[in-house]
Amino acid sequence: MLPQLRAIYDTGPSMFATAGPEAQSLATLGWAMIAVGTIVFLVVMALLLVPLWRRRHVLSEEGPPELVNERAWVLYGGAAIPGLILAGIFVLTLGTMRASLSAGPAPLTIEVIGHQWWWEVRYPEQAIRTADEIHLPVGRPVKVILRSADVIHSFWVPNLAGKTDVIPGTTNSMWLQADNAGTYRGQCAEYCGMQHAHMALSVVAEAPGQFARWVADQRSVAHPPADSATLTGERVFLSSPCVFCHQVRGTPAGGQIGPDLTHFGSRLTIASGALPNTRGNLAGWIENPDRIKPGTKMPAIPLDGPQLLAVVAYIESLK
Amino acid sequence: MIVDTAAPTAPAPEIERVDIPGLAERLDRTWKTPKTLYGALASVDHKTIGKRYMVTAFIFLMLAGLQAAAMRAQLARPENALISPEAYDQLFSMHGTTMIFWYASPILSGFSNYLVPLMIGSRDMAFPRLNAFSYWTFLLSGLLIYSSLLAGVAPHGGWFAYVPYTNAQYSPGLNMDFYALALLFLTVSTTAGAINFIVSIFKMRCPGMSVSRMPLFMWSTLTTSVAIVFAMPALSAALIFLELDRRYGTHFYDPVRGGAPLLWQHLFWVFGHPWVYIVILPATGMASMIIPTFCRRPIVGHTYVALATVSTGIFGFGVWAHHMFATGMPALSTTFFSAASMGVSIPSGMQIFAWLATIWAARRHVLATPMLFMLGFICLFVIGGVSGVMTASVPFDLQATDSYFIVAHLHYVLVGINLFPVIAAFYYWLPKMTGRMLSERLGKWNFWTLFIGVNLTFFPMHIVGLRGMPRRVYTYPAGMGWDGLNALETIGAFITAIGVLLFVINVIKSLRGGALAGPNPWGASSLEWMVSSPPPEYNFVTIPTVISREPLWDAHDERTGPAGEIDDTPPDAARAPMRSFGAHAQVQTPQEVSDRSSTAELRPWRVLDDGKETLETTLLDADPQAILRLPEDTIWPLILSLALMGAFVAALFKAPVWAAIAGAITLISIAGWLWPKPGTYPAPRLRA
Repeated sequence: MLPQLRAIYDTGPSMFATAGPEAQSLATLGWAMIAVGTIVFLVVMALLLVPLWRRRHVLSEEGPPELVNERAWVLYGGAAIPGLILAGIFVLTLGTMRASLSAGPAPLTIEVIGHQWWWEVRYPEQAIRTADEIHLPVGRPVKVILRSADVIHSFWVPNLAGKTDVIPGTTNSMWLQADNAGTYRGQCAEYCGMQHAHMALSVVAEAPGQFARWVADQRSVAHPPADSATLTGERVFLSSPCVFCHQVRGTPAGGQIGPDLTHFGSRLTIASGALPNTRGNLAGWIENPDRIKPGTKMPAIPLDGPQLLAVVAYIESLK
Repeated sequence: MIVDTAAPTAPAPEIERVDIPGLAERLDRTWKTPKTLYGALASVDHKTIGKRYMVTAFIFLMLAGLQAAAMRAQLARPENALISPEAYDQLFSMHGTTMIFWYASPILSGFSNYLVPLMIGSRDMAFPRLNAFSYWTFLLSGLLIYSSLLAGVAPHGGWFAYVPYTNAQYSPGLNMDFYALALLFLTVSTTAGAINFIVSIFKMRCPGMSVSRMPLFMWSTLTTSVAIVFAMPALSAALIFLELDRRYGTHFYDPVRGGAPLLWQHLFWVFGHPWVYIVILPATGMASMIIPTFCRRPIVGHTYVALATVSTGIFGFGVWAHHMFATGMPALSTTFFSAASMGVSIPSGMQIFAWLATIWAARRHVLATPMLFMLGFICLFVIGGVSGVMTASVPFDLQATDSYFIVAHLHYVLVGINLFPVIAAFYYWLPKMTGRMLSERLGKWNFWTLFIGVNLTFFPMHIVGLRGMPRRVYTYPAGMGWDGLNALETIGAFITAIGVLLFVINVIKSLRGGALAGPNPWGASSLEWMVSSPPPEYNFVTIPTVISREPLWDAHDERTGPAGEIDDTPPDAARAPMRSFGAHAQVQTPQEVSDRSSTAELRPWRVLDDGKETLETTLLDADPQAILRLPEDTIWPLILSLALMGAFVAALFKAPVWAAIAGAITLISIAGWLWPKPGTYPAPRLRA
């Protein structure tokens, strides 16, 4: 089973496929160091290999060993020249650090809370709570406040910026800015347990108008069921153990342990980026979460076939 | 191709040996360990212990290699379901822990154990019984942690076991207790071994081997040992806090009750980064021994290389926080550690350029297998060094850290600067240990397979890392730009495995009937090549004197000694006071030896045949100072080690009564170990 996750994202999550100023300056620094490193490697390899065949036939074991200018080789070649190169790299490093420290005007603040194994996302100013998906307006700096609900995670969206660890008992923060609209994949980078591999998130950078519409949608309570199938689904959902962990605003379901489902249907993926958000995948996930993410905290809920289909229809209707 | 297959020839005459009739037989009787089960368990001979270290560590390497192969099979394609996530977590944790703690350092301890006394012209280590204890503790701690794998509860927190994931709440079960206790047990072995090397290198060098004439492998072993003594306490503290948190409700690392998860990271890396240099410096020391031999000239910049070695060991303590750039440290701290981490590469640059200059100005290039591995080592070292400097740059590291880029970097460093020199060292020194050469033909196959396999495995990891693949994932989605490179890495891993297998085959073939080596098959310059291969139990019939850094390339007559270089009279008592090490190290004055010696024309402190004797010399100049009598074989170190193991197992299962019993046996074995044998050891007779 190979879910076509790739289709969701506009680029692969490469640090060189940059979509914002921070990632751009890191990529520039990266290319510069790769270039310098390649030259250093080639020079050293030349110094290593050239004498092996150039001097092969002229060497003699008779007589004293050749006098070598120790100072030139070891002090200048081994210490002074590398020292100059390192100083150059250090200056580049400082320049890049300085550029990344400054924030732009009128930042948007979001909170990202790491859980085993999903990302809770809050927009405190907009009173939005969602999961595994961040929406950003293009061109606007975003301050990301990072906290952990359990163990150490690390927040990483390579197309946009470097990592920042998400540490329990500590509040970290970082800046994100996307200049190109698109959908980018992020993933937990600090080993956090059995499903560390399936702790991804999507970052959707969109035009300010689109972002405003998304905010408005997310702020609203859940849309009430519109047809009989979803109505049945809502009834099954509300009478099931699902509500102990999941919230659907506008209904009695108010669990805070798992992801908020109020607008689940609008999300791109389920199970923290493990699968594209389709009815089939959702049914498979609810039926047996452990098959898709062994060790997940979400239990399998005993539902019969029609109940499962109804619940899937209901949750997918929560746009 | 530039490979020169000509057999190496000895370039210079050896030291003219002194020959005392009957002395070798007498020493043989004194030093021989009986070939019985008791003899095997009780042996304190540094060569036996060194070989055991090497064999055991190599078995751990192969076990960890099998774990790596299993992981590579799982990662060969996306969404693979070959291995469960739980098993995968245990595999990568055991792989890292084994390679770092039970292979990389112990294999070097093995070589140092075997080579230090031979290279410094001594008959054993300073504390032979402690040496045996170090080995048994290393072996038993390894068995302790591997028993967890058999029980299916192997550690699953990665080799650096970050809290709070590894505390009792998120990691219930014995997995992390096995990790903490086995590792704590191992630190006992490592610390004891390090102290032994320090004292041996400081006090047991043969006359004339002043500090300035010490072989470079001694510098690296010494630096490493001192670093171990200073680095280990941080790890021990971290592990003890972890066990107290897990078992006894303390809150060192518990953020909910005022503890600090980052405390673990600081303690661990304050130990962990010096440890990187601990597992590579002895290997660079090996390079400084091997490269000059195959270039037929002394190393260029001997003093600089010694200085670079020591300064790497010191600066290695100032760079630990570069493992923590993403934790949200203030910019001022990250800047400091960034600069320090770049700076620490400068001494490495000096070492590399000393080797390059040695190759450049060679009298002859002998491209035998050890030298091929050395060339491969320099290549991998430079790649690992370049990626190391890149990750020392804070902003870049925020992309690279915890990604496959780091996996690539650390494997280039550890495979390049540990495994390659170690394989080179086996090709180079195994003939000394077994008396038989390894096959050069198979050796070249071995080199190219391993070199290609390692690069194919680890180079693509740089690229997948920069393309956003995090480390320690048991699977990954298709289409992210990682699929093809991961498949390539898996192919590379299996080629690497074939390379290791070729090496093992070569060793077995050599043991079964390799060409006889003779004392000095490579025409090398250091003292271990002066004695037969394999060396006699007592190493040297007479304690040698040296007058240069390359004693076997600068021949001189042992009887007359170099004019003006070595004081020919016994050391003056006032200048060289007699001292005694511990309960077993008895001393006699050189004069007393000369009185009973039948070879009075030889400088008398060099015969040393009244019991297991060897020479103590002064720290800087290596002037003869005292005669040490080394302890007999004994089984007490093994019993002590078993009792300690019992105490750790009792702690694991929280059995206080058993822990108390094991503690009592521990005390009894220490008493047994130190108990003087009546009549055998005369009281020290100090010169008036």
